[in-house]
Amino acid sequence: MIAAERAPRASLFRFAAPQAFYPLAGRLAPWFAAAALLLTLAGMWLGFFVAPTDATQGEVYRVIFIHVPAAWMSMFIYLVMAFWSAVGLVMNTRLSFVMSQALAPTGAMFCFVALWTGALWGRPTWGAYWVWDARLTSQLLLLFLYLGFIALTRAIEDPRRADRAGAMIALVGAVNVPIIYFSVKWWNTLHQGASVSLTKAPSMASTMLAGMLVMAFAAWAYTLAVTLWRVRPMILERERHTEWVGAVLEAEGAKAGGGR
Amino acid sequence: MQWDSLSAFWDMGGAAAFVWGSYGVTFALVALEFFLVRRRRLDTVRRLLRWRRAVGKEKKERAA
Repeated sequence: MIAAERAPRASLFRFAAPQAFYPLAGRLAPWFAAAALLLTLAGMWLGFFVAPTDATQGEVYRVIFIHVPAAWMSMFIYLVMAFWSAVGLVMNTRLSFVMSQALAPTGAMFCFVALWTGALWGRPTWGAYWVWDARLTSQLLLLFLYLGFIALTRAIEDPRRADRAGAMIALVGAVNVPIIYFSVKWWNTLHQGASVSLTKAPSMASTMLAGMLVMAFAAWAYTLAVTLWRVRPMILERERHTEWVGAVLEAEGAKAGGGR
Repeated sequence: MQWDSLSAFWDMGGAAAFVWGSYGVTFALVALEFFLVRRRRLDTVRRLLRWRRAVGKEKKERAA
């Protein structure tokens, strides 16, 4: 057949195959990690040395450079997990489910960080580490959704059933993300409204905003790096019966001195 | 520059515990995650190699 003799068409869909995605992930991850490191350094410099002292809150507001990017990331990662779960259910692509499972621990980490830094910011500004307002409560629910997803997908032995059960939690739980985002509008919350929105000018100094955005990009690059690193052994595990994984393992084993 | 001295920087206008408590825990978790991901990779490769060799031996024995 003539078509088969042509060079394979360069297509992003090629990387939907685990065999093609595995080496790509390994090549990309260090670059995202380096970007995350540089962006973090730049963001911290902006946050601590360029951004001015806040007129009403003093210095404690500098928690914002961690708090807001972590909160954004915790919501965004959950939506990406829901997206991959939907793709997996509709197209029956197994790599999609693995992707959503590789994202979950990092999402849970950012969710916890958002809650933790929020508590440490709330004490000096509101006088309480925790209040049961709509924003905080829905964010806590997000943490439980993450932990439930992780526990469920790891508890079920059969990977196909684990994939489907996890995808259901990811899709149903995704409803909570807009609830978190709009909670400060829909309910009367102690938590302040959005400082940054697409429709109006941000209510903060531009250097503060710059620091926050740079840290958000750092969180994004970090998530990409650590997720790509995490998905690689998961792919090996799933594909362990294939020839190509055999070759990868033997090469790794030779590098590590026999793999014993 | 926002700070008169290094000690003023560490003091964070009296909010040192809250600011550094936030940054400290976050970076500790990031470092922990990085370490766990790396260890998981090494563990998986080692375990799958053992599994592969065990399966290979079984096949050879059955053939013999």
